Amino acid sequence: MSLIDLANPSRFLALADRALPWLVAATVLVFAFGVSQAYSAPDDYQQGATVKIMFIHVPAAWLGMLAWGVMSLAALGTLVWRHPLADVAAKAAAPIGAAFTLMCLVTGSLWGRPMWGTYWVWDARLTSVLVLFLMYLGVIALWRTVEDPARAARVAAVLTLVGAINIPIIKFSVDWWNTLHQGASVLRLGGSSIHPSILVPLLIMIAAFTLLFLTLHLAAMRNEIMRRRVRTMLMRQADARA
Amino acid sequence: MNLGPHAAFIVMSYVAAIAIVAGLIVWVMLDRRRLARELGELDAQGITRRSERMGEEKP
Repeated sequence: MSLIDLANPSRFLALADRALPWLVAATVLVFAFGVSQAYSAPDDYQQGATVKIMFIHVPAAWLGMLAWGVMSLAALGTLVWRHPLADVAAKAAAPIGAAFTLMCLVTGSLWGRPMWGTYWVWDARLTSVLVLFLMYLGVIALWRTVEDPARAARVAAVLTLVGAINIPIIKFSVDWWNTLHQGASVLRLGGSSIHPSILVPLLIMIAAFTLLFLTLHLAAMRNEIMRRRVRTMLMRQADARA
Repeated sequence: MNLGPHAAFIVMSYVAAIAIVAGLIVWVMLDRRRLARELGELDAQGITRRSERMGEEKP
């Protein structure tokens, strides 16, 4: 099966139906392993047991940015090749990305209170992630406001590509500005600064969350294709009645 | 497991994460169920898409 075949919505649906049960099983298995590893990971010598929040906070932050990356690639597909499956991929990713960004903000606040003494501070990292969340809401609102899916896709694609500039700002905000948020500790020059006893469970949880994203995104894309079919059929029904 | 003096913050974080993930899963499942029902109803009324040809197997 070639990539062109996969870009056909009907073939994509058939592939999604076959792949989803395996993705669900893989997600559950990796999550079970990751949670067991996180449970038995030692406490941090400074932060104590609150370091356990990192096992959900960091993967949520990663997915918040990954989903926008997926949307940006799909936006190129929409604007350059005008492919409807790219529109579907972008629209399906937005609510999932928004949910994980919200999870990042909530867990970050709950981690910040005991460590920093405050739930929130307007530093560069926290503010840029809040901007990401607001951009997700903006894109979702755009999709809902513009009735024609193809037109909505083009407008949302432009907004998505403009918003993509925020992703490197989030990543490097802790290097460019003096922030209360800690500096990079997983992906950094010179290797991770986290001890393997905590880093390994964290990487497994990141893998589990990524699998969860792939599963939810594939299922949401399948739903979006069905929604477009319902719309087309309703329009044909209306035409027949007119 | 002893979660120390900040146990409430750790537990609340995990509860929030579970609630958000559960919400996403329920949203996707309910959306699919509703769309499948609507497609079935339109199909039963004999409505087809332009791209569908007679005798073509629907995915």
